[in-house]
Amino acid sequence: MGKKQIIQATNLKIGYKEGKKVKVVHQKLNFQLNLGELTCLLGANGAGKSTLLRTLSAAQQTLDGQLFLDGKPISEYSERERSTMIGVVLTDKIFAGGLSVYELISLGRQPHTGFFGRLGKRDHEIIKQAMKSVGIEHKSDCYVAELSDGERQKAMIAKALVQESPLIILDEPTAFLDVVSRIEIMQLLHKIATEQNRAVLLSTHDIDQALVLADKLWLLTKGQGIIYGTTEDIILQHKMENLFPGSDIKFDYDHGVYYPTVYGNKEIAIYASNKTTLHWTLNALNRVGFACTIMQSEEENSSQEFKLYADSPINFRLINGETTKLLHSFEELLETITHT
Amino acid sequence: MRSKGKIYGAVLGVITAILFVGNLLFGSIDIPIDEALNILIGGEASRESWRFIILESRLPQAITALLCGAALACSGLMLQTSFNNPLAGPSILGIDSGASLGVAIIIMLSGGVISTQSFTLSSFLSIIIGATLGALLIMAIILLLSTMIKSNIMLLIAGIMIGYITSSAISLLNFFSTAEGVHSYTIWGLGNFGGVSISQLPLFSLLIFVGIFIAIMLIKPLNAMLLGNRYAENLGVNIKRTRNLLLFATGILTATTTAFCGPVAFIGLAVPHIARLLLGTSNHNQLLPITLLCGSVVALLCNLLCTIPGNSGILPLNAITPIFGAPVIIYVIINQRKIQYFN
Repeated sequence: MGKKQIIQATNLKIGYKEGKKVKVVHQKLNFQLNLGELTCLLGANGAGKSTLLRTLSAAQQTLDGQLFLDGKPISEYSERERSTMIGVVLTDKIFAGGLSVYELISLGRQPHTGFFGRLGKRDHEIIKQAMKSVGIEHKSDCYVAELSDGERQKAMIAKALVQESPLIILDEPTAFLDVVSRIEIMQLLHKIATEQNRAVLLSTHDIDQALVLADKLWLLTKGQGIIYGTTEDIILQHKMENLFPGSDIKFDYDHGVYYPTVYGNKEIAIYASNKTTLHWTLNALNRVGFACTIMQSEEENSSQEFKLYADSPINFRLINGETTKLLHSFEELLETITHT
Repeated sequence: MRSKGKIYGAVLGVITAILFVGNLLFGSIDIPIDEALNILIGGEASRESWRFIILESRLPQAITALLCGAALACSGLMLQTSFNNPLAGPSILGIDSGASLGVAIIIMLSGGVISTQSFTLSSFLSIIIGATLGALLIMAIILLLSTMIKSNIMLLIAGIMIGYITSSAISLLNFFSTAEGVHSYTIWGLGNFGGVSISQLPLFSLLIFVGIFIAIMLIKPLNAMLLGNRYAENLGVNIKRTRNLLLFATGILTATTTAFCGPVAFIGLAVPHIARLLLGTSNHNQLLPITLLCGSVVALLCNLLCTIPGNSGILPLNAITPIFGAPVIIYVIINQRKIQYFN
C-alpha cells in the first residue's frame, strides 16, 4: 500500500534565469514526496538545496522537465490556489515584531479569507488549534519581538499549519537553535506529518537528528542528483557516502554520524569490556592518531606492539611489549600513550 | 487590541474635529469668535471681508491640511511597510524632492506665469502632472536601487543622495530662471496649506481620496508584507502588482500634496511611528485608519501654530513640522531595542 504522492518530478531541471543567461544547478532530477511523511533534504553547502526548495514552492520556475503538485503541473496553479497547497517556513528575516503571536499566525489564513482578511469563527478555531499543536498558546498575546528563536520558529510553523496546505516546506528550520529546541522542532514536524497526514519537507545540516526522525531522506549530491529512499535503506545501502564525495570524512554506520578519516601512524589493539567504553576509547585514541584494531576477546592474540585493555572507564591496562601500566582515567591514558 | 483601536479612533476623531474648527476660528486676521461662529452657521457677518476670509480662505485651508496630513502619513506608512524599513518616508527617499523638481521645471519654464497660486485649470493641471512625473521618476529609481542595494540603511542613504541631486537640479534651474520664477518657487518651497483655492479643492480632494482608497484596498497584502516578500508571495500575494499599486498610490499622494503645499517635511516619516506607538501594533487593519487620523491632527495643529504671530504674518509650515517630527524619529531610534516593531 503506497502512500499518496503530493509531489512528483521527472527529469526536472532547476536553476536560475538571469536575462538570457541560464545557470543550471541540477538536471535530470527524479523524485517524489508522500503525504504523512517527514522528508529531510540533506546536502553539502552549495549543493543546491535552497534552489530545489524554491523551485518546489514555486518561488522559482522550473527550467525543464515535469513537476507535478497533487497530480497537476505546478505552473498551472494560480497564486491563490498554490498558497492553499504549499506552506513555507523560510530563513528570511521578518518585520512583524509589532504583531502579536496570534496576529502573526492569523496571516497564514490569508489564502482562505476575503478581501480585507477578516477572520471568521472557523478561522479562529483553526488558529487556536495550530497554536496548541505547536505548543505556543501561552504566548498568544505576546509580541513576536518578545519570542525566543525557538518560539519564533514554532510560530512560523503554526502560520504554515493554518494555511491548511497538504505540503509544508521548511528551509533549515533548526539552524540557529539550541539542541533542545532542535529536537523539539523536529519531533513536532514529525508529529505534524504523521498525525495530520501532511507532507513535510525540510532541509537541514543536522544529520543526526534527520536520521532519527526522517521517514524519507533526500540526498542532494553534485554528481548523482537526488538519491531518495527510506532513511534506514539509504544508510544501510551505503548511500550516505555520496553526500560529501571527495571530502575527508567517513560515515559511522553504528552511530549514524560522520567522523574525520583517521590517519593513524601508530597502531594499537584494543579490548573493551563493554560497547560504550569501547566507543569512547576508540574516540580518544583516534583523536591522538592511533589506528585501532579491535580484539573480540581478552584472550585474543594480537601482533600489535601496543595493547590496551579497557576493563572500565577508570581501569585501563596498557601493555607495551613486556611492560604493563595501570591507568585510571582517559587523561592518564592519553598522557601516557602520547609520550611513549 | 481591537477595542484599543476603536477608542483611539474615537478620541482622534474628536481631536480632529476640534482642531478643524480651531483652524476656522483662529488665523492671522483677528476675527471675534462669536462673529466667526455666526458666519460658520450661515449667519450674517458684520464685515463682508470676514465672511470671505473664513469661507474662502480658512475653510479650504483647513480641509487641505486635513487631507494633506492624512495623505502624507498614509504614503509614509505604505513606504515603510513595502520597503520593510521603519525609517522610510517620502522626504527621506527623495520622492517629494522629485515632485519638487517636476513643479520647479513647470514654474521656471513658464517664467513664473504658472504658479500654485494661479487659478487657471491648465496651469493647475500642469503643476500636478509635473509633480506626479517627478515623484514617479524618483520612485522608479529608488525601486531599481532597492533591487541592487540590500541594506535598508544604505538604501535610505541612496535616497538622501538622490534628494541632493534633485535639489541641485532645482538650484541650477533657479539660476537660469527669471526673478518671478525663483520667487514663486521659493514661496512654494516653504510649505503652506493655503495653496489650494476653493475652486481647486474638488480635484485636489479627489486625487487624495483615490490614493487613500488604494491604500485601504491594500490592507491585507500590506499585512502579509510584514513577513517579507517571499512569505507574502507564499500567502498568495502578487508582489509585483501590489508593489506597483503601492508606489502608484504613494506617488499620487506625495505629488498632489507637494504640488500644492510644497515639500512638507516629516509628517510622512514621523506620523506612522506616532500611530504605531499609540496603538502598539503593526496590524494595518487598525494602523492605517489611526495613521490617517494622526496625520490630520498633526497637520491641523501645525497649521494652527503657523498663525501664532497674528497680524505680523504666517510662519512657514516647514519651520513647524520638523519640531514635531524630528524628536519622534530620534525617540524611536534611541528606543529601537525596546520598540517591538523594530525587532
